[in-house]
Amino acid sequence: MNQKVRLKINGIDHELDIPARRLLVDCIRYDVGLTGTKEGCSVGVCGSCAVLVDGEMFASCITLAVAVDGSEITTIEGIAENGNLHPVQQAFIDHGGFQCGICTPGQVIAAKSLLDENPDPTEDEIKQWMMGNLCRCTGYYSILNSVAAAAKDMSGGRE
Amino acid sequence: MIDFEYHHPTSLDEVFGLLDQYGEDARVMAGGTALVIQMKQRLVQPSHVIGLRRVANLNTIESTADGVRIGALCTQRQIQNHPIVVGELPLLADTFRKVATPRIRNMATIGGGLVNGDPNQDPPPTLIALGASAVMTSKNGDRVVPVEDLFIDYYETDVQPGEVLTSVLVPQAPAGSGSVYLKFLPRTADDYGTVSVAAVVSREPDGSCPNGACTDVRIVLGSVGVTPVRATQAEDALRGKPLTDENIRAAAALVKDAVDPLEDFRGSAEYKTEMAEVFARRAIEQAMASIPAGS
Repeated sequence: MNQKVRLKINGIDHELDIPARRLLVDCIRYDVGLTGTKEGCSVGVCGSCAVLVDGEMFASCITLAVAVDGSEITTIEGIAENGNLHPVQQAFIDHGGFQCGICTPGQVIAAKSLLDENPDPTEDEIKQWMMGNLCRCTGYYSILNSVAAAAKDMSGGRE
Repeated sequence: MIDFEYHHPTSLDEVFGLLDQYGEDARVMAGGTALVIQMKQRLVQPSHVIGLRRVANLNTIESTADGVRIGALCTQRQIQNHPIVVGELPLLADTFRKVATPRIRNMATIGGGLVNGDPNQDPPPTLIALGASAVMTSKNGDRVVPVEDLFIDYYETDVQPGEVLTSVLVPQAPAGSGSVYLKFLPRTADDYGTVSVAAVVSREPDGSCPNGACTDVRIVLGSVGVTPVRATQAEDALRGKPLTDENIRAAAALVKDAVDPLEDFRGSAEYKTEMAEVFARRAIEQAMASIPAGS
């Protein structure tokens, strides 16, 4: 049955009338029309559907939209500021952090959520965090380099 | 996924009312990481889902005289990083750190995981080894169940109609004991263990004697049967004996008789049985090695 769901997505309020069974990933993509978030494995393992729910990284493919009613959601479309790419996005471009690109929105959201709470991660901490995001092109070293470069950039350092 | 109605109760009384009203047609949802997948796969088809996210006071962690009380809705990452857990229950913090990925740990809760009853999960062996209890609350009050007795069969737990798991009480490991949680991960770091073992070992307080007698030991395994498995025969074989190589090996060998693993893509039943012995032995050795000096 349809239920009212209120979500603030990338700073914009949405009041939706959707079935209780609607998954957050489908709500974001089809009800709201933001198709940057991708669905990969559909069982919470691969990380491509990662979004931030009240600042915490969630797997939107196993989250019911109705269950997070009232939350603030951040998707890949919402992290650039004033027309400037987020430093993580820029680092993925500069350091070849993606190939086919399907996992990239999730990788970028994961990296952003890491750096939000740990601005200066060790290489091991980056690996421990990013291991939950799979890349079928297996470009893992470039991804790790991109995250490390973003951390350096965000802390004001220069390479 | 079949259609259902989602309820957002804000108090336990409201939850009990909904459970009364909808009975078998309702399922209670905490983090939803297990239940949503089961609904997507149509293994579970409730017509009413009762979300606990807005119920007050279910996500607190506090230190009590009997141990640490962890609210059922505490997420795995919240527990892993909480100063009380890190300080008083380092084994539990370490165990939660080994669950899946940061993203799943942001969503999955301690209570939801326990009532789901998946025998491959990480927290149950550690909670059983520490002697934790689950508080089951209904409109008639609280019922305290040792986590060890919570698991009845594959995905079947001792949750009675009208009950909700509201908190978990976890005693500290005995003073001067050593403990470890080992997870055998031959595939990927975010996988379930092929086998897993929690061990808590206490020794006679005689720092001068590295092989002093074992005064108490708990050995609990995951991923080796339809429920978590406590290896009581192995514990009995070691209790009161010096912690020598020979005694540890003899005790670990008994673990093979306690387990009855299911064959899956993580290994054959035979392989997991062999690994259960190997990892039980390593767990006892590493728990012993972690006993603080002077204890």
